[in-house]
Amino acid sequence: MNLVINGDKVEVPNRVETVDNLLQHFDLEQKVVIVEWNEMILEKAFYQETMLSNGDKIELVHFVGGG
Amino acid sequence: MLKIGSYEFTSRLLLGTGKYPNFDIQKEAVNVSGTEILTFSVRRMNIFDPSQPNFLEKLDLKKYTLLPNTAGAKTAQEAVRIAKLANASGLCNMIKVEVIGCQKTLLPDPIETLKASEELLKEGFTVLPYTSDDVLLARRLEELGCHAIMPGASPIGSGQGIINPLNLSFIIEEANVPVIIDAGIGTPSDAAIAMELGADGVLLNTAVSGASDPVKMALAMKLAIEAGRLGFEAGRIPKKRYATASSPAEGMIFS
Repeated sequence: MNLVINGDKVEVPNRVETVDNLLQHFDLEQKVVIVEWNEMILEKAFYQETMLSNGDKIELVHFVGGG
Repeated sequence: MLKIGSYEFTSRLLLGTGKYPNFDIQKEAVNVSGTEILTFSVRRMNIFDPSQPNFLEKLDLKKYTLLPNTAGAKTAQEAVRIAKLANASGLCNMIKVEVIGCQKTLLPDPIETLKASEELLKEGFTVLPYTSDDVLLARRLEELGCHAIMPGASPIGSGQGIINPLNLSFIIEEANVPVIIDAGIGTPSDAAIAMELGADGVLLNTAVSGASDPVKMALAMKLAIEAGRLGFEAGRIPKKRYATASSPAEGMIFS
């Protein structure tokens, strides 16, 4: 499946079906990460039930140093 | 006690987390500064390098209130989106509204700052807008319901210190919410002057992170802010044109 993650086209294996799977795939499930799925911010409770489709736009953002 | 919305703090230093030489120095600087509020920015993750260390993971989050900023936003809409993303972390409800209108001076866009603040207040955020030292804009932001006003001392990262103490003092005098002097602080004396003007707090980053010894500078800033605040509370003497002797005029042994 092809997704657009943080503005880049990324191919993920077929076993990645949900947002939860996606975070596991990139080893991010222990990280402080915020997920935006097709311009909608997802709460953690919805990670498991949100099914991904080809072409979905995902933003994975986090906190970095800043003033 | 510094009260911002429903939050209460003992420290009046708000510390940025950008551009430190390394995490160890940063952690120590944060520690000695005594700060209780740390600012952060929201950015895309590098998903192909999840092992990349993140300063947030090194912090005891029970000890600090996070103040994410909307840096990078050029419009109110972008600022609102960043604020909502930050809030979705579940780690914070406060937001520093920062909408930059000029890339050279990094001065805030007043109209977009106002619009973003209004929208975020409706959404229930605790809103702290970074603003210029415009007295009327500060009033308008307060009237909207902003929980603190954060006028800049001079351009971000410039270290020029307080270039318009008169406007800052007007803002402080007029405001009924905390006024936090944000941006441009270079030295401990700048921070002390901000506090002597009656500011409720100081937000700084580069002055500490960019110092030759960030840990020592963090301590210097803590002490300067405490000294400035005490000086403000104590009430300074009026300035006089000529001298007044401190020693008694009576009983001099030469008369």
